[in-house]
Amino acid sequence: MAATSEAVVNPAHVEKTKKPPARYWDEPQEGKDENKVGKDGEQTGETLPQKHVEKAKKRKNDEDRGDAKKFISGKPDPFPGPAHISKDRMQKFKRRDKTKKIPRQHYKLKDMMARSDEVSEMAQKQAARIDLLLPEDAGFLEGDEDEDTCTISQEDISDAVDITSASKYFDLKLSQFGPYRLDYSRTGRHLLLGGRRGHIACIDWQTKQLMCEINVMESINDVKWLHSEAMYAVAQKKWLYIYDSNGIELHCIRKFNDVLRMQFLPYHFLLATVSATSFLQYLDVSVGKEVAAINTKTGRLDVMCQNPQNAIVHLGHSNGTVTLWSPNQKEALVKMLCHQGAVRSVAVDKTGTYMVTSGMDKKLKVYDIRAFKPLKSYFLPAGASCLSLSQRGLLSAATGDIVQVYRDVWSTPVTKPYMAHRVQRTVWGMHFCPFEDVLGVGHGEGFTSMLIPGAGEPTSTVWIQIHIAVLSRGRNGRLRPCWRRSTQSSSPSTPLSWDRWTKPPSSRSTKTGSKLWALIHLPKKSLFPGIRRRVVVLPAVLKGARDKWLMRT
Amino acid sequence: MKVKVLSRNPDDYVRETKLDIQRVPRNYDPSLHPFEVSREYTRALNATKLERVFAKPFLASLDGHRDGVNCLAKHTTNLSTLLSGSCDGEVKVWNLTKRECVRTLQAHEGFVRGMVVRHCGTSFFTVGDDKTIKQWKIEAPAYGEEEEPLNTILGKTVFTGLDHHRKEGVFATCGQQVDVWDEQRSSPIRSFTWGVDSFSAVRFNPVETELLASCASDRSIVLYDMREPAPLKKVIMTMRSNTVCWNPMEAYYFTCSNEDYNLYTYDMRYLDKPINVHMDHVSAVLDLDYSPTGKEFVSASFDKTIRIFPKDGGHSREVYHTKRMQHVICIKWSADNKYILSGSDEMNIRLWKANAAEKLGVLAPRERQAANYSQKLKEKYQHHPQIKRIANHRHLPKIIYHQTREQRVMKEARRKKERNVRKHSRPGTVPVVSEKEKHVVTVVK
Repeated sequence: MAATSEAVVNPAHVEKTKKPPARYWDEPQEGKDENKVGKDGEQTGETLPQKHVEKAKKRKNDEDRGDAKKFISGKPDPFPGPAHISKDRMQKFKRRDKTKKIPRQHYKLKDMMARSDEVSEMAQKQAARIDLLLPEDAGFLEGDEDEDTCTISQEDISDAVDITSASKYFDLKLSQFGPYRLDYSRTGRHLLLGGRRGHIACIDWQTKQLMCEINVMESINDVKWLHSEAMYAVAQKKWLYIYDSNGIELHCIRKFNDVLRMQFLPYHFLLATVSATSFLQYLDVSVGKEVAAINTKTGRLDVMCQNPQNAIVHLGHSNGTVTLWSPNQKEALVKMLCHQGAVRSVAVDKTGTYMVTSGMDKKLKVYDIRAFKPLKSYFLPAGASCLSLSQRGLLSAATGDIVQVYRDVWSTPVTKPYMAHRVQRTVWGMHFCPFEDVLGVGHGEGFTSMLIPGAGEPTSTVWIQIHIAVLSRGRNGRLRPCWRRSTQSSSPSTPLSWDRWTKPPSSRSTKTGSKLWALIHLPKKSLFPGIRRRVVVLPAVLKGARDKWLMRT
Repeated sequence: MKVKVLSRNPDDYVRETKLDIQRVPRNYDPSLHPFEVSREYTRALNATKLERVFAKPFLASLDGHRDGVNCLAKHTTNLSTLLSGSCDGEVKVWNLTKRECVRTLQAHEGFVRGMVVRHCGTSFFTVGDDKTIKQWKIEAPAYGEEEEPLNTILGKTVFTGLDHHRKEGVFATCGQQVDVWDEQRSSPIRSFTWGVDSFSAVRFNPVETELLASCASDRSIVLYDMREPAPLKKVIMTMRSNTVCWNPMEAYYFTCSNEDYNLYTYDMRYLDKPINVHMDHVSAVLDLDYSPTGKEFVSASFDKTIRIFPKDGGHSREVYHTKRMQHVICIKWSADNKYILSGSDEMNIRLWKANAAEKLGVLAPRERQAANYSQKLKEKYQHHPQIKRIANHRHLPKIIYHQTREQRVMKEARRKKERNVRKHSRPGTVPVVSEKEKHVVTVVK
């Protein structure tokens, strides 16, 4: 240090003092020493030999750190440091606590664990930050000052929202083939309707495009999509059938007889079925083998739901108990006494924390599934026959022909429903559509799709992938699933006519491109301005034996 | 009333042209992604199984020598050149990309005992059974010219090993004593002896370039500093070492391949105990070479296998063998960390992949990403019993499999006997000697 300053001083004494050019980081200082100390490197950088320059730079950096504020040009940062993340958002993404420190640990292991903890925390913070960037917000419905949200009708809502959303409220009048059960595919794009008297229709419900429509000539107990919109399972009167999305029967599985209800476990590719003979059977749909057949010995089983977080099947019984089953064990994992009468419906929320059950004793009970504790108990004047939980925690309960939607059933005590709607006949099946603010209701007169703002999860990769696949059909509206090249290129507006049904079944194309013509309750702001209300009765599809059917009825 | 219903504008989600990538907004909410751990475990299991499926390490066999290959030499600057010397005195220069022999020359009468390429890469040295050291040019002689060495040095005794300094024009040979030569002189500038009359290998330290190590026939490894007049120290072991190799990344670690089927890694500063004992071979280990990353090394053994050991692990992570490969005499790990070259008794040099399941060549960015992800998964789950079982599974020739089992039984018997003796004698009379200490007799300064 002294050497360099001397080197500077000596020539200064002998030669003419050259004033160095003013730099923006230089403090306007009179003290010569300070100048030398702080700016030695800069001022005399060229004259000093390499070593001195490096030393001077190092010194300057050290001093920079000491009084950094002096060298910033402009205003100082009013919010120094990284952005703050709220605690509840951090909690949402927390996976585990920090690993406990064991006293006598190998140094390498300690190192590795500390590093993995760091990485885990970093991932948690990044996920919490990215949460801000999600493109969509959830829906909501707020009444005015004196207005109750449950008095707002579906027509009012569909008038108030945009065209696309308004078109999501519609009725399908299908009165011939009995009350309808329904299922939405995993992405929420495709809807499967199954009428009690044998009518099955697969629809892309947002564009109202019919994928397939068949009549299986038998009574149907339940319908379920399998892993994608390519296949679905139908529990018919005697056996379990699997159909293609074109309506072609792929399999008839006779081992599964008298199936009443089905649930598909998507991550295990297992179809869990319960039968009237009290058997719970699991079918692996990827290899087509029965994985487990459990005799539950509890009588006729027709109340079923699954816990999406751990794929445990919940069954409700007529003695008021709810039992939990896994294919690994022959006995029930848990038996809970929930109601004083028979259990009418069970639903589990998507986080796997809460279970809502309704029973013949007209009660609606909420349980914490993780601790098996009852949380809330509500009294409904008429017991709920169907329950469904949406992705954002809205509960829909159907009593007779009235559908009521409740919000926040497990946290705040609920006194009145969030929304209510009356459908034409008794409700037979009900499901929330996965990523939309829509509730599908199957009843005696067909199918109703209702708008429930705030029901669907706004962003998810699953929805996007399939949306992309479906939207990449091109702008002319022809539906082409990406994974399969569809050969047909019929124009989309050909109406179904009677001649089509005389052709042999193999060449019959009820495939993509044909529209579903039914009594559609179109909104007033129509998508097709020229058409106001098209009233066409849905023609029945016959499996090549139309006359036989006529004779039957 | 205020109402908002979820409605997604397709313009926000669908890409504009088919040349764009898809827009994928991700939601990392854990409740939307159940079974995270199980799915990751399944991916790790599949990655491990696929690794075994794609584990095909043998690439090519370089044919041409007319006698067993005795030594190999890597070119210091060119990755595609390899030199090999055989037991009939022939030296061949190979082009590894075309996998053919570029040049052949008759270097010595008798075995070619050692070969090394000079650090500049323009010439190479060979020593042979005819007591000569010869320096040759790397380029083939022009048309019409004869194969002549640049320089020939005649010695008094047979030279058995050779290595060149990494930076200066100095090389060392070993035979009856360890000599350090200057390239310009025809007599050694320094000779080291320490009461032994036969050395089998000598190596310069690639990091601390003035240090040398050599293996002597009195079961010892002797360390020298080129600048000092006398050797530094030596460690005497229970059995003789065949080769010694310095870790190219850690200046003070060297590994020696021993006749008692093991390899020992020593810290030069603390020779009383090896850092690691690497046990897996079923016959004498003849040669070894470190990977340029310094994290692994490969060993060639008299049982007809090649094993790759991690530098701090006791057991090999990989074993290569072929029905046609007989006793492997020399081995080299290529300088780009990807290939292993082995020269064996049956006159063939074999080219192997260092990572048996690796895809060679240029990988697309997604391929590389997928490979990195699978690698990380395998590392994360490597201790799970099912995954460990699959990852460690290797097919061994029947002889070696039975010999391994037999040796395990023998070791177990010896251990049991020692335990019994200790149990039935006065406490303190039979001290516990760790496996590492067992093999070192003494350290002499």
